[in-house]
Amino acid sequence: MKKSHILIIVVIAAAIAIIVTTAGDASTYVTFDQAYDLSSAGNKKDIHVVGQLKKDTGGRVIGIAEGMDRVSFSFLMIDDNGKEQKVEYNQPMPPDFTRSEKVVVIGSYDGETFRASKILLKCPSKYQEQNVNV
Amino acid sequence: MMHYFIGNLGHFFVITSFITALMTAWVYFKATGVSDLAKKNDWLLNGKVGFYLHALSVLGICVSLFVIIANHYFEYHYAYSYSDRKLASYYLVSTFWNGQEGSFMLWMFWHAILGIIIIHTNKFWEAPVMTVFALVQAFLASMILGVVIPGLEMKIGSSPFILLRDVMQDAPVFKSDPEFIPKDGNGLNPLLQNYWMVIHPPTLFLGFAATLVPFAFCIAGLWLKKYRDWVRPALPWALFGGAILGLGILMGGYWAYETLNFGGYWNWDPVENAVYVPWLILVASIHTMITYKNSETALKASVILVSATFILILYSTFLTRSGVLGDASVHSFTDLGLSGQLLVYLFFFLVATVWVAKLRWKEIPSSKEESSAYSREFWIFIGATTLCLMGFQVIAGTSIPVVNKIMEGLGIDSKLAPPTDQIKFYSRFQLWFAIAIGALSGVGQFFWWKKIDRKILFDQLFIPVVLALLATLVIVNVAHVLNVGYALMMFAGLFTVFANLRILFTLLKTSSGLSGGSIAHIGVGLMLIGVMFSSGYSKVVSLNNTGMMISKEFSEEFNRDNLLLFVHEPRTMWGYDIEYLGERLEPRYHVGYLKKGDVFETFDKDKVVTKKELIVGGHTYKANDTINIKGENTFYEIELRKDGKKYTLYPRAQINQDMGGLLASPDIYRTASADLYTHVSSVMNPTEESDWSPLQEIRIAKGKDFFANDYVSVIESVDRIHEVGGITLGNDDVAVKAKIRVKGERGDYLVEPIFVIRNKLVARIPDEINDLGIRLALLNIHPESNEFTIGINTRQKDWVVIKAMEKPMINVLWVGTVILMVGFGMAMVRRFREFSKMKAKGQE
Repeated sequence: MKKSHILIIVVIAAAIAIIVTTAGDASTYVTFDQAYDLSSAGNKKDIHVVGQLKKDTGGRVIGIAEGMDRVSFSFLMIDDNGKEQKVEYNQPMPPDFTRSEKVVVIGSYDGETFRASKILLKCPSKYQEQNVNV
Repeated sequence: MMHYFIGNLGHFFVITSFITALMTAWVYFKATGVSDLAKKNDWLLNGKVGFYLHALSVLGICVSLFVIIANHYFEYHYAYSYSDRKLASYYLVSTFWNGQEGSFMLWMFWHAILGIIIIHTNKFWEAPVMTVFALVQAFLASMILGVVIPGLEMKIGSSPFILLRDVMQDAPVFKSDPEFIPKDGNGLNPLLQNYWMVIHPPTLFLGFAATLVPFAFCIAGLWLKKYRDWVRPALPWALFGGAILGLGILMGGYWAYETLNFGGYWNWDPVENAVYVPWLILVASIHTMITYKNSETALKASVILVSATFILILYSTFLTRSGVLGDASVHSFTDLGLSGQLLVYLFFFLVATVWVAKLRWKEIPSSKEESSAYSREFWIFIGATTLCLMGFQVIAGTSIPVVNKIMEGLGIDSKLAPPTDQIKFYSRFQLWFAIAIGALSGVGQFFWWKKIDRKILFDQLFIPVVLALLATLVIVNVAHVLNVGYALMMFAGLFTVFANLRILFTLLKTSSGLSGGSIAHIGVGLMLIGVMFSSGYSKVVSLNNTGMMISKEFSEEFNRDNLLLFVHEPRTMWGYDIEYLGERLEPRYHVGYLKKGDVFETFDKDKVVTKKELIVGGHTYKANDTINIKGENTFYEIELRKDGKKYTLYPRAQINQDMGGLLASPDIYRTASADLYTHVSSVMNPTEESDWSPLQEIRIAKGKDFFANDYVSVIESVDRIHEVGGITLGNDDVAVKAKIRVKGERGDYLVEPIFVIRNKLVARIPDEINDLGIRLALLNIHPESNEFTIGINTRQKDWVVIKAMEKPMINVLWVGTVILMVGFGMAMVRRFREFSKMKAKGQE
């Protein structure tokens, strides 16, 4: 066997190993119910939940509470299945949080509350913004 | 008055730049094809004129947009969204590339400059290379075209010259008055008001632009069937791109380190990965190109890698601008609706490149014989492969959202999300690849310079290996580097440094112009060591050593890793005495920090009024001066003392309602061996009423000492005043102001409570000292005994909670970076001279 063949085999093996571990380490998008089941079953691995902030009929975000230390906060989120859940976040509110049309929380259940370790926001395209500060 | 002209002019330039780019591409395409010399020259002249017109239009676009920003024409969406009147002029430059449209323009601008340089330095390759350039420019110009195709209702591009009223068509204010112009803009994100954000984007985009040059030469080489000749002119540009792109990436990392509080310079975020991967592949391509120049192998690999670099730049542009990462990154990417266009851009060049390469593949020369394990080609090839695998691992993880989208397109419901612990996910692999890179760049360099056999190799390597082993052993024991991966990474880094130093010394004696490679690899070795220590052994030093919890509200971890500091109550940390001195404000247009207690706040958060004459940062402010400040920023002055020396830190908290929260930025105290990285982790709430103790009354004569919150205080004078808070008093009214001096740990404070009788009603206006937590009021006057009743309230002193981390050896990383850049620069100069010589001989 030539050296170049051995090299090719090694490279392919490495590439496959990378793909397999990437797939293995990848997290998944779940609903709050599924996340709760996972957590009850003892699986404390962080997962992604997609949803929206709870809003009143006027479209205003409700349920945001600032933590005592001012660098944490909690909020109410409704996942794609319509389940409402209180989410706690150990950091200040991210920029544009209340303007987001979609929120992704990454974390896991701690008892009855969902503790987020990271929050990602999907913000409306800037062309949908319709407020001018006069 | 609306300024329509400048926007129309800008839009005209955008359209001109698009059309001239298309035209130039066509003309240069024809010029490449014709063989008749006279005709060819005609076509070339046309191409040159076309590209110059294009470059002028690009300049025109940039100037128009800048005029809009600099003159605060808030009727334009771009100026309204990213700037305001308060912004200092150098940050107006940042406004330019704050929006995506501006960054496309920046990219086009660099392409135009590089294109002109190529026209003037390279006659032989001008036509095919500029065809590629002009095509790329046409695609970029289309991104900011802002034209709707009639009939199809399809919008092409997003124009930076769009009016605010066209963006917000439903806003009531525009319905009632279409000529309405907002008084002020939304302002630039305060996080981006940083000098690194002025220079980082242009550097990065120059790096992006530079990758087009080798790609264009590569395509030209395939096109003209000059399979060998394209490498020489492409190589200096590849080195230039490697240096500039690398510098741009590190500037971004350094900005994150200084401004964000996640405690590091690299976070494996998709935006970072998206530029890291093309850079790795670019570096791999530089290696194969150099190998090819020295022997015939690696030509095909060079074609693949040079093309891959450019395609990856396009892919990362797609990733970061199409909104596909929306659910996957902490950066909130706005979708301009350009996804389709970006995909067309990516696929056009991907398909075209693959097609051209396939057409010519069989004709590309490659050496049939197997390269020996003792040849440089073999080892360089292994190195390039390692770099590619390194890039592959990162791009695989970053592309998960794209995989999801593709699956969705195929009708498969994919729930794959990116790894939750990105840092661990990437570092785990990158660490071992980095070790391999370190080892290879030590060994590989020896093959570079010598025809070598087994015996000579081992002779040469013996000393560097032994030195690196000894150094590793010492450091492992001294610094307790007990993690096997980390220790190996340090060994690999040290080995590269020693091995390349050895080569450098030999080279300096003979041909110092060729030492760029060894210098660059020394830089890489140092970077590996710096990264290993500063990231692997970063540790929290702000340990709570008081034995008391900061608050039950906080988690156990927070209580352990954070330090609560009260004003003027020293603690110890990291071997230093540490003392919190109070809150500070930042003048907008001058340097230095204002003590919050020295100024009155006003209704405008960006303006304060001085209580007395102040000298700050060499600038004198008179009493009652109004000072413009950056109202969103509060700094916390913290003093470190050791061995009679003092150092001051100013970590920042940015309270910004638009941004919806509190953003902490660190201040970094730099020593030779480590950085002390400090940020606030909890601060007092300025809007919350403080808890005051019950009022304590004291009857005291002028000049007699009394205690307020344990501080010695004395009434210095009590004077009648005729004006209170801007209101002139009537004849029957009386007002007196007491001046009370309070002796703090660090200097005296003057408190001025006021006692007023107005319209037969008594009012008392107290005054307070924030730092000491004292509020004094003049409650009563006793003329019979010449005494006064003073009311004292006290509260908890001002406080701040901080977190501090030690980042060991981070300077080794920065020094390594600079050395790497120097190496790149030297190699570039050398390769450019080579090219110039050949050109002088008429061979290019």
